[in-house]
Amino acid sequence: MSFMPTPPSSRRVLAIWCARLSIDRWRLAHGLAEGEGADAAPLALISETAHGPRITAANAAGLAAGAQAGMMLADARTLCPQLAVAPADPAGDLAFIEALAVWAQRWGPWSAIDRPDGVIVDVTGVAHLFGGEAHLLADAQAIFARRRLSVRLAIAPTAGAAWALAHHGPPRALLHPEDDPAQRLAELPIAALRLDDDTITLLRRLGLKRLGDLHGIHRDALVRRFRNRRSAAANPLIRMDQLLGRVPEPMLPVLAIEAPLVQRRLMEPIRHRELLERVVADLAADMVRLLEAKSLGARRLELGMWKVDGEVVGRRLEVAAPTRDAAHIAGLFGRKLEDVDAGFGIELVRLRASWTEPLALAQRDFEAAAENHGTSLAACIDRLTVRLGADAVRRPVPRASHLPERAQTWEEPLGPEKTAQTEFEFHARPLKLLDRPEPIGVIYQTPDGLPRTFRWRDASHEVVRVEGPERIAPEWWRERSTTRLRDYYRIEDQEGRRYWVYRNGLAGDGRGGMPEWFLQGMWG
Amino acid sequence: MPITNVADRPELISGADVLSPSRANEWQPGVSAIGPIHTEIFARADDAAGAAVSLAFAMDHLQAATPDPLADTPDERPWLWVQDREALRRTGRPYRAGLPRRLRHRLVHVAARTTEDALFALEEGLRCRELAFVIGEITGNPRALDMTASRRLGLAAERHGVPFWLVRLDFRRDLSSARQRWDVRAAPSPPPRWNPEAPGVPSWQAELFRARRHPPGRWTLRDDGALAAERGVSLDTLDLQHTLPC
Repeated sequence: MSFMPTPPSSRRVLAIWCARLSIDRWRLAHGLAEGEGADAAPLALISETAHGPRITAANAAGLAAGAQAGMMLADARTLCPQLAVAPADPAGDLAFIEALAVWAQRWGPWSAIDRPDGVIVDVTGVAHLFGGEAHLLADAQAIFARRRLSVRLAIAPTAGAAWALAHHGPPRALLHPEDDPAQRLAELPIAALRLDDDTITLLRRLGLKRLGDLHGIHRDALVRRFRNRRSAAANPLIRMDQLLGRVPEPMLPVLAIEAPLVQRRLMEPIRHRELLERVVADLAADMVRLLEAKSLGARRLELGMWKVDGEVVGRRLEVAAPTRDAAHIAGLFGRKLEDVDAGFGIELVRLRASWTEPLALAQRDFEAAAENHGTSLAACIDRLTVRLGADAVRRPVPRASHLPERAQTWEEPLGPEKTAQTEFEFHARPLKLLDRPEPIGVIYQTPDGLPRTFRWRDASHEVVRVEGPERIAPEWWRERSTTRLRDYYRIEDQEGRRYWVYRNGLAGDGRGGMPEWFLQGMWG
Repeated sequence: MPITNVADRPELISGADVLSPSRANEWQPGVSAIGPIHTEIFARADDAAGAAVSLAFAMDHLQAATPDPLADTPDERPWLWVQDREALRRTGRPYRAGLPRRLRHRLVHVAARTTEDALFALEEGLRCRELAFVIGEITGNPRALDMTASRRLGLAAERHGVPFWLVRLDFRRDLSSARQRWDVRAAPSPPPRWNPEAPGVPSWQAELFRARRHPPGRWTLRDDGALAAERGVSLDTLDLQHTLPC
């Protein structure tokens, strides 16, 4: 396998691996130092599975006694009968890692969670603030030691290399940009590629135990062997390219977002609609004050009502444009409160703006008259949407298609309009289109096949003027091969009514019997 | 004798609102600077004449309106088209490529299930200051659309200055507070210059049978880029059966 020399990457990535996250968290929760009190005895954290309790983590004494992650508790007890257990807390671990990812931004501008127990921090161009990358690592190690978390750290040009060094390299490993990563990492085990267990087992069976072993194999052979593995975690080639920086590896950065939240705890549980509406109006006013301080406007609002009998009722609202109008918010919620069953009463009401958008502060109108001058368009759309549903209030947008009924779609009214090719001016199109073309019964045909008299909706129409045909072929790349072409005609009947009719297919086109006629649109 | 609407209390009609008889007789659609703000158009449900006439009136209204001298952008306000379920089923949905070029990208369409929902949507639209005009299409004689509802809509339109055309499909002429009431049906179009066999510019036989400021009359309306009107039948020979009080 021949490798091109890897271009030096300008990025620097710090990988933090909390090697024993669950045990550290358990110890911190009990206020114990390492090897002190309950931690001195063998202990395992367990989770319940279908086959009985299984160990997810064990402390140092437990590991020494033979308990390992992934073992059944019964097996571990036979090795070490005095093994103590505590329940594992995976949700708490995840929440802790999320908080840790935000906290780790003290070493770099953005960070990402590396499930299940790691954090990736981009430290490009910030190492000089700490006096160099080695000092940065030492600083981080000291701060984590003060938090009594055992971590392993590494800095490398890619997230993959940093992960590999943090998990399987020497402590506080540094991979400089001028180093050749393929050579420096060749001695790491194959598990350093962040592969799933099946793939690691497969590679072991193939005799590939170290990263350097992969370099000895021709790349085409590996491509052929793993050609069906699309996901990165199952394909060692993708992982190797990510590690060497040949393909980019996007990470999802963690951003700390604070959803504005206001609540009212009520002295007396309320059971009546008017009181509830007053509370919601108060909450809306509080929320508006909160949003105003941050120059935000709410797009989505969630109202939670906690009932005395231990139930929660939720209502959700989305508005068409960011709003900071308390009366508008309260009015929209008022319609949604109609079917709330208060039961024995509501004791706590909470309003949360889970989606906000920037909304600059605006000057209030000086004149009272301006306030009476009607509602804004966004408020009007909101009120229509809340009562009629989002599907009822829409606007037509063009779509690239030749078929008239496909050539327009309906979208939400205030969204941005995509640029599209404009309609051809020489195509006459009707003012209105029926949702389903209606069949017409041809009573009398002219020799060239056009209807002279036809019946539609129990009335007879005599065709006086005709223009056409405009032939529209089926979209063969999308439709079945038996779909027939359409010949459209603009017609005007004896009373001056103008319709758009088409003949579905041609006689003898081999796609069905005699062609039928349909009426699809009408002009004014 | 000015023609007044039964819905108007006498003191609401000021002298300026009533045209002198000579001017009133000269009036015809497409000529006055600004038309009335609340108009009803009666049409059949088997063609699109009602919607087309209301759009022609709306275009005429937009062209006649004097632009705001302080505005630096052209008037690009959206407009609202409300249809109840039966109107949608019988006369179809608006088709973007067939709408007037100036109005195409500004349409907000509301498909209401019931007449009550349609009336709610119309009133909300009339109370919105950012809409250029509102068109409604309602089929039949629903109980919800009575004199009170019609008056509500008319008052909202006048208060907020949003022009309003209500197309009533297959409708019996009952009480209403609209300022003008038209009965519209399709008319044979003039033959086009280049292809006499083809349908020409849209034409309608329009009868104004109730108006607040003008005597009733009949015109042939054409939408040839701008709204044009020809007086078809003179006032004297007006067919009595079309002017029955309602």
